[in-house]
Parts: sequence; C-alpha cells; structure tokens
Amino acid sequence: MAEYAAGFLRPDFSDWRHYLAEMLVTIQIALWGTFLAVALSVPFGILSSHNMVPWWVLQPVRRLMDLFRAIHEVVFAVLFVVAVGLGPFAGVMALFIHTTGILAKLFSEAVEAIDPRPVEAIRTTGASRVQQIIYGVIPQVLPLWISYSLYRLESNVRSATVLGIIGAGGIGQVLFESIRAFYYPEASAILIIVVITVTIMDLISQLLRRLVI
Amino acid sequence: MMQMIAISVSNLSKRYGQTRALENVSIDVRRGEMVALIGASGSGKSTLIRHIAGLEAGDGETGKVVVLGEVSQTAGRLLRGRAAGRVAVIFQQFNLVGRLSVLTNVLIGNLGRVPRWRGTLGLFSRSEKERAESALARVGIPHVATQRSSTLSGGQQQRAAIARTLVQEAEILIADEPISALDPSSARRVMDVLATINTQDNITVLVSLHQVEYARRYCKRTIAMRDGRIVYDGPSTALSNGFLAELYGDASEELVLPESTAELVRALPVRPSGNEPVHMLA
Ligand SMILES: Nc1ncnc2c1ncn2[C@@H]1O[C@H](COP(=O)(O)OP(=O)(O)O)[C@@H](O)[C@H]1O
Ligand SMILES: [Mg+2]
Repeated sequence: MAEYAAGFLRPDFSDWRHYLAEMLVTIQIALWGTFLAVALSVPFGILSSHNMVPWWVLQPVRRLMDLFRAIHEVVFAVLFVVAVGLGPFAGVMALFIHTTGILAKLFSEAVEAIDPRPVEAIRTTGASRVQQIIYGVIPQVLPLWISYSLYRLESNVRSATVLGIIGAGGIGQVLFESIRAFYYPEASAILIIVVITVTIMDLISQLLRRLVI
Repeated sequence: MMQMIAISVSNLSKRYGQTRALENVSIDVRRGEMVALIGASGSGKSTLIRHIAGLEAGDGETGKVVVLGEVSQTAGRLLRGRAAGRVAVIFQQFNLVGRLSVLTNVLIGNLGRVPRWRGTLGLFSRSEKERAESALARVGIPHVATQRSSTLSGGQQQRAAIARTLVQEAEILIADEPISALDPSSARRVMDVLATINTQDNITVLVSLHQVEYARRYCKRTIAMRDGRIVYDGPSTALSNGFLAELYGDASEELVLPESTAELVRALPVRPSGNEPVHMLA
C-alpha cells in the first residue's frame, strides 16, 4: 500500500509525448461523439416537442430517445467494441448514441418553452413548416441549445477517458494498462494530464457558454 | 374576373370550452376598404382575426372563410394551399423574432413568394433585400435594419412588422389591435402608415381597435362585436358615445378614450396626403 502511494507521489513524465497524443485521441472521441449527437438531436429534439408534431410522431421518437438515454455509454461502448472491434470508433459511437438521447430531450424542452407568437406570424406569410422552424423556433432556442451542447462536451471528455479503459482507445486505455502493469509513476503522470486537460476544456466551454447567453 | 370581395366570412362559430368566442359570424369586406373592428376585450376580435388569417379553424359544418375567391377554411378544416400567404397579419405584440435583425424579420415576408429552397436557405436576392430596405424606409425606420429587432421601441417594432407585410405583397392586411401596446403618438404613426398603405397601394385593411376614436378617425366603416356576435356593421360616424353605451352598456367606457387623448386624436390633420413620407418619432 505504501509502495502504491509512493509510486503516485513520483509522477514520471518521460513518455509525455505519447500521453498527450493519446489525450488528443480522447478529446477527438468526445468531440466527434458530441458533434454527431448535436447534429441528430436537432431533428430528434424538434420531433419530440409537443408543440411541433402530432402525438403519433412524438411518442415513438420520445421512446427511442428514452432508450438511447437509458443505456449507459459504457454499455454501448462494450456493445460496439464487440461489433466493430477495439478502438476510438467504438467510443465515438457509444458517446454519440447516449448523448443524442440526452440532448434531444434537453433540446425539446427548450422548444416547448418558446413563444409561439413569432412562429404564427411567420406562418401567416405562407412559410413552410421547415421555414417556420428555421426562422421562428431556432433563433429562440439557439442560446440554450449551444449551452447544453457545450455542457455535454465537457462531460463527454470525462466519459471518453473512462471508455478508453474498456478498449475504446485514447488516454484511458494507456492509463489502465500502466496501472495493470504496476507502473504507478506513469499512471500518476497520466492522471495529472487528464485532470489538467479536463479543467482546460471546462474553462473553454464555460467561456463559450457565457458568450452565447 | 376581378374579385370584388376581399374577405368573406359566413356563419362562423367557435367555442373554447364553455366560452362562445364566435357565434354565427358573417361579414364581407370589399376590396380597397379600410374597416375597423371594435369591441370590448373578450368580445371575439382576436378570434375572428385568427380565423381569417388561417391560424385557427372554426367549429361545425356551416362556417366558411373565403379570401379573394379562395376558400381558406370550410366546415372546420383549414385549406392552407392557395390561400396561404394571401392575408398579411399584424399582431398586438408585434410578433417579430427578437434575436433576428430587423432586416431578416422583414425578409421573412418573402417566404411565401420565393422558391421554397431559396427561402429555407436564406438566400434572398439583392433586389429582395433592396425591397425590404425600402419597405423599412417607407414605414419611417430606414436606419435600424441591422439592429436586433428586440432592441427597437414598441412603435418601431410594429412598423417593422408592417414593413414585413409590405414585402409579403398581400392584397389584404389584417391587424389585431396593432396600437394597443403603444403610446398615443406611436399609435398615430402606426395608424397613419396603415391608412397610407390602404389609399396608396389599394390594400384592403381590416383593423381591430380597442378604442372607437381611432375607428371614427381612420375608417369609414366599423364592425362592432360583443360576446362573439356582430352587433353593428355600418358607417363609423354613427358610432356616437351614446350609441356605444346602447350597444355595450357599462362596458362602453373601456372603448372610449379619456377626453384629453380623444382631443389629441381629433386634432390630427385629416389623413396623410399620400406621398408625404411618414416620419418617425424616436
Ligand atoms: N385559445 C383560447 N382558449 C380559451 N379561450 C379563449 C382562447 N382564445 C380566446 N378565448 C376566449 O374567447 C373569448 C374571445 O376572446 P378574444 O377573441 O381574444 O377577444 P378580444 O380579442 O375581443 O379581446 C374570450 O372569452 C377569451 O377568453
Ligand atoms: Mg384581442
């Protein structure tokens, strides 16, 4: 136990280039997973808002999003590792699906809270449904949507690290391997890099969120 | 064939729960008219306007709305096809998209007229932008085009909404209490713009008003509603305060301006002469 703690107190950064490269892979997993989820959450979020679609569209879409959300991203990652093999792609897919379930719900809550009057005014010009959404709905919800998306990006950087441990690539995988091989000083260095990176990502995201609100 | 009737509503009824918002309403508005729709709050003015605008469908088998010869709803079903976009609407709360620029809000008036894909992608042509800008100049706010519309004063927002309807090039304009949220001088300016559009562009205007002074001032004909029914339809000059009291009882007080403001409305010069520009008051 003392040896374990002592190992962590002497972080070994000699291989830092490798750690940083893997950290970048993890960030990329988070970015892609979040980006794809945002792209899909726009239509799914609108299709699960009661003020936008009839119940026979709303109910199936909502149930599908419930399913996406109910299954933990780690479970999705395990499924994808089996289906598409070890590597970052499985991590991206896992984050993508779980985050879509979460963001679609948050996006639809924003859509359900809009002021309907500007949308009605646009309808009277003869605009199509899609045009009513683009000009009347999106401008009203955009600040919230961006804020939610950035928030999910923050937490997906943390999740992507964990997904590495189960074989989805990135820094998590390196961390897990060094712990399993009792290389505590290396593991300690990796952890420090993770903490610093997550902190920086949080700060950037907070800054961006403050800009859009 | 030239269609002489702009708006024709027949036997239209609408209930909200126990409230009878419209009861067997029938009105005809001819092309080129400027008609006032008055009534105490809750009398059904907004409901009637929303039905003419195609935003709501009536109850039952009898109700029908025809706009420029195209049926826009019948027997409780909206027919959005050819009637869509043919009636421009102005609302009490302006109903602009606050986070979009004033110019974009005005350009939205093009959506029913330009090819779908172009409107959807926001690819408006130079001439469409120029027309939007000249519409803003026409209502007296040429310098606010790039501002977010939420930064405008109430009177400016209402005039931006009117500019949007100019771009829409509808032959009919209906306005639901367009001046209720405005101070008296902004209210006058908005009414002047509506009167100018009516006389210069020969656009049919139906405007609901909370106060009868403006109806007498700006419209030859007034339709009065009470509890979802039409109780008067005729010359505005006949609507003396005494006659209003007969129509509405005590509720008539809310339709008449306090004497000081009424004086102000009466003191206005007779209708804008047409080509005289409408100036803005900051
Ligand atoms: N969406 C609605 N739901 C329930 N009641 C409504 C609705 N719209 C209007 N009403 C009722 O219908 C009546 C007429 O309302 P409205 O047309 O807004 O009157 P006005 O515009 O003359 O003030 C009122 O009693 C109002 O409460
Ligand atoms: Mg009203």
